[in-house]
Amino acid sequence: MNIFQGLYLVAAVLFILALKWMSAPATARRGVISGEVGMLLAVIGTLLRHEVVNYEWIVIALMVGTAIGVPLAILMPMTAVPQRTAISQACGAFASALIGTAEYYRLYPHGFTMAALSIEILLGFLTTTASLMAFGKLHEMLPSRPITYKGQNFVNLGLFVVAATIGGILVVHPENTMLFAVFVGIALLFGILLIIPIGGADMPTVIALLNSYAGLSACAMGFALDNKLLIIAGALDGSSGFILSIIMCRAMNRSFTNVLFGAFGQLQKSVGSTETKPVRSASPEEAAAILEDARSVVVIPGYGMAVAQAQHKIRELHDVLVKRGVEVRFAIHPVAGRMPGHMNVLLAEADVPYDKLIEMDDINPELGMTDVALIVGANDIVNPAAKNDPGSPIAGMPILDAYKARTVMIIKRGMSAGFAGIDNELYYMPNTLMLFGDAKAFVSSLVKEISATVHA
Amino acid sequence: MNYEFGFYVFMLAAFLGFELIRRVSPLLHTPLMSLTNAIASISVVGAILISGEKDASTLSRVLGFIAVVSATTNLVSGYLITDRMLKMFRKREPNKK
Repeated sequence: MNIFQGLYLVAAVLFILALKWMSAPATARRGVISGEVGMLLAVIGTLLRHEVVNYEWIVIALMVGTAIGVPLAILMPMTAVPQRTAISQACGAFASALIGTAEYYRLYPHGFTMAALSIEILLGFLTTTASLMAFGKLHEMLPSRPITYKGQNFVNLGLFVVAATIGGILVVHPENTMLFAVFVGIALLFGILLIIPIGGADMPTVIALLNSYAGLSACAMGFALDNKLLIIAGALDGSSGFILSIIMCRAMNRSFTNVLFGAFGQLQKSVGSTETKPVRSASPEEAAAILEDARSVVVIPGYGMAVAQAQHKIRELHDVLVKRGVEVRFAIHPVAGRMPGHMNVLLAEADVPYDKLIEMDDINPELGMTDVALIVGANDIVNPAAKNDPGSPIAGMPILDAYKARTVMIIKRGMSAGFAGIDNELYYMPNTLMLFGDAKAFVSSLVKEISATVHA
Repeated sequence: MNYEFGFYVFMLAAFLGFELIRRVSPLLHTPLMSLTNAIASISVVGAILISGEKDASTLSRVLGFIAVVSATTNLVSGYLITDRMLKMFRKREPNKK
């Protein structure tokens, strides 16, 4: 056994421990350190291998990568975490695809190795363009609404069949470089076409799924290079992304195929009837008075909070209310935001203690006993239509039962429908108060009102 | 090469991954994703092997170089931002600055 094999084995153990420690906030940072050490050992072990003789370009490349990676991690605002994940994913997948390509031109391998390489290259290039598209949509450089055209699923499916066929031919005739170039082209194109019909609210599922693909690509590389460490690390990443996307699908009561091919969020029905029904609205003064008198308040954040960057003001609101003896908690829906756990990170950034962030299943039974449910930039995840209206596009989606609270306050810019394009009956309920305005501005006037009465 | 052995390793690691990830609190799903994303940059190992080889062709060297750069970008930014996020998760009332 060579020294690098020993280091690889230790690295694999450290990766597993990293995921294990990641399960709870108390040990999570230990998990990151474990992952970092594992990666360091893997790199050192590889540099020590006798096959590796040319160091200068590797060292330069490592330094260039670090020079790009450090600012990418440090300068990104927390609200941009979904975009950063997408771009980072694109880099990882691109690396994996390029290695597959280099390996192909080096060996023109037959049989199993070529099959593994084809999968690596297909998933790698596909994930690269798909992640870049996801980045564009998350960063709103591209329209985040889904774009559909007639026969879209047919085109995508057809392309996949063509890619699989070419992959199959290459396994038998790897020397056909023309065909290989077509294969790469299709993989790149496929990634783009796959994301075009995906809307913003489905991003949590898709980002997780792309994460899984990147892992599986690394895994296929492990098979091609006969490297067990790559297989293990890739499989861990692959299964993690896969299970996260299943969790996200379940939280929307939708199937995988529905997310990938359903082009959700373009239904625009019943928007016309919106203006006719009366709503009650309230000024910051009135809303502040109700919040001060409440015993328990549950804040329900959504993507709108991220857009308005309102998390710090909400923390201030939490502070002034807690000072007055009000119990304040946060209800987190699994798909609130643009990636799994998005809201938790934003609120943690604003210094909200994480034991105040309550999961849907735990907070729902208590919402009936809550005085005020304050909804900030969330819509579909509190829409009672998911429970009451079997014909609704979001029927069956688990929601936060905000409507059960004694008073429901909704901070919103206007009466526009949510992502799913459907009206929310919560707005017209007798115990609902609409607080119209920008989330950040409105919450800061609430804070001002409440702290003014403290000093009076 | 023993592919069968590789499949066993894959299967065991995938199941282990499922079991480990299932236990992760939804609170940490975002850092979890950055962490697994960073772990996937293990492809840097393959990239180093490709570009460090003794008689690698120019094509291999160029592709390998770009691959090392992008894998390292993924690696470094993935671990750094995971740590940055986790630093923010605090249980008790934060100390006032």
